[in-house]
Amino acid sequence: MTIVANPGDIDRRLLMDRSVPGRRAFTLPESDVPAQEMPDSSLLRDDLELPEVSQLDVIRYFSVLSQLNFSIDTNFYPLGSCTMKYNPKINDELASLPGLADIHPLQPDETVQGALRLLTSLQDDLGEITGLPGVSLAPLAGAQGEYAGLLIARAYHESRNDAGRTVAIIPDSAHGTNPASAAMAGLDVVTVRSDDSGNVDVEDLRELADDRTAVFMLTIPSTLGLFEPNILEITKIIHDTGGLVYADGANLNALLGLVKLGDLGVDICHSNLHKTFSTPHGGGGPGSGPVMVSNELAKFLPKPVARKTENGYVLATPESSIGAINGFHGSFSIAARAYAYIKALGLEGLRSVSENAIIGANYIQAGLRDKYNLAADRYCMHETVLSATRQKKRGVAGLDIAKRLLDFGIHAPTMYFPMIVDEALMVEPTESESKETLDHFIAVMRQIDDEINSNPELVHGAPHDLPVTRLDEAKAARKPILRWTADE
Amino acid sequence: MYPDDLKYSKEHEWVRVDGNIAEIGVTVFAQDSLGDVVFVELPEVGTKIRQFDKFGEIESVKAVSDLYSPVGGTVIEVNSNTVDSPETVNDDPYGRGWLIKVELADIGQLDALMDSETYESSLE
Repeated sequence: MTIVANPGDIDRRLLMDRSVPGRRAFTLPESDVPAQEMPDSSLLRDDLELPEVSQLDVIRYFSVLSQLNFSIDTNFYPLGSCTMKYNPKINDELASLPGLADIHPLQPDETVQGALRLLTSLQDDLGEITGLPGVSLAPLAGAQGEYAGLLIARAYHESRNDAGRTVAIIPDSAHGTNPASAAMAGLDVVTVRSDDSGNVDVEDLRELADDRTAVFMLTIPSTLGLFEPNILEITKIIHDTGGLVYADGANLNALLGLVKLGDLGVDICHSNLHKTFSTPHGGGGPGSGPVMVSNELAKFLPKPVARKTENGYVLATPESSIGAINGFHGSFSIAARAYAYIKALGLEGLRSVSENAIIGANYIQAGLRDKYNLAADRYCMHETVLSATRQKKRGVAGLDIAKRLLDFGIHAPTMYFPMIVDEALMVEPTESESKETLDHFIAVMRQIDDEINSNPELVHGAPHDLPVTRLDEAKAARKPILRWTADE
Repeated sequence: MYPDDLKYSKEHEWVRVDGNIAEIGVTVFAQDSLGDVVFVELPEVGTKIRQFDKFGEIESVKAVSDLYSPVGGTVIEVNSNTVDSPETVNDDPYGRGWLIKVELADIGQLDALMDSETYESSLE
């Protein structure tokens, strides 16, 4: 038998397939407690298939798996709406300091004054950035921030004996979490249309808004990556009917130091620290979705809220709090990372983050607009939504283009969202990327467009050069294989 | 692509009427836009639905979409075949991929739907 040299080959065997009977990864120390009588062996299961492997087998298996990870630390990751920016390593260093990493949420306040001061300072900074000074860091993710914000809106209306407000108005371009959170919060969802320019249809909104309107939820900039030019009129329409305005802060990366949501008439917003403020993202986070409100609504915030008092820093419960929305105090280590990021950059630095994010997205848009249709042909904010309809007419879908990008070491953009755009490819380069990276992306996208004419099969069959090539997504959804079984 | 004997809604559902029974499904355009269908949720027999109201959900590898009934009435049969084998909707949207049968509340509701030619031109 000849063994063929193939240095790039990956050992794809699952851990179960590496199992050898009797091999083990550990040695237990000798027992220092007296032997106990064991239960009847009929109580023991012997039908569980467990891998029997050495420590080195385990290390190699997981090390190779980890090397297959695609991450912002290795590649360009222009995933629209998700703000996959570079996370400075100093964030992790700071969050690993013993005074922050080795404390317990049940410690008395007086023993964790530094940590509480950090939380207070982060609350103040997020209040300043958004123009909404009441802040709770409790929500563990963006969707939980939305949920908390909507419960605050309900509590506000109830406190005014105005509980007949049961409707959340949400644009058709919204993140799917918006209607889901509204439904969770017990509100009825009514959809307002977008107009031809991708803005909220103001006349439609005017007809929908009435004395049943609890809240209007708007993503700013919109999911089309556009600034809503009628925002002041929109917030006035809602306020005139007695409703509140909720801003989904998923796209806050475009606004830092440039626009305060509170100045636009927004009453409640959340921010995804794991997007805008460079905390770990993907692979499960953990996320963090602080909720920010106007002074008038601050008494309804979820607990706890960190506060400075005459006796030092404390974790307090706001007067009419909607209560706890999870255990403990939110994602503390994530808050520490966001704090590091904000303090390292300062106001000027944060402003340049948003400026560069906007410039980068517009640079890509300008470099591709002759080849790809745009969801809206005007300046975008921090992301641009392309529409591969011209490519679809030539037989290649947005999905194929996204897959082909993988061959060039570029993560696929967000696809088929927002749903109001056909063949949407949503590109968010973030401020982290250099002009050279943006130029490379533009060149690759233009080349893929050429390949559709010269060699469409190349695009249809992509990716070609990854450990896993084109997956049968339909089969994966219809007949998923969820557990290992021995070969028959 | 769009058979002459069917009526069509702007939400891309078709209806085939036989007496006062309406068979309902999604069009070739809908299944093509959705991509591979992986999950279909249909109402229970006996459910009353109004014209243009949501009667179920269809999920593809791209997105989850609502199904809207082109006519109102009472559901008398659902095609469980599409629940068990969602690909049927892609393979044969006007045949084996039908979704529900409804006893029509008002045959006049058909006037609010498009014929094949009008529907096809609406897709341009």
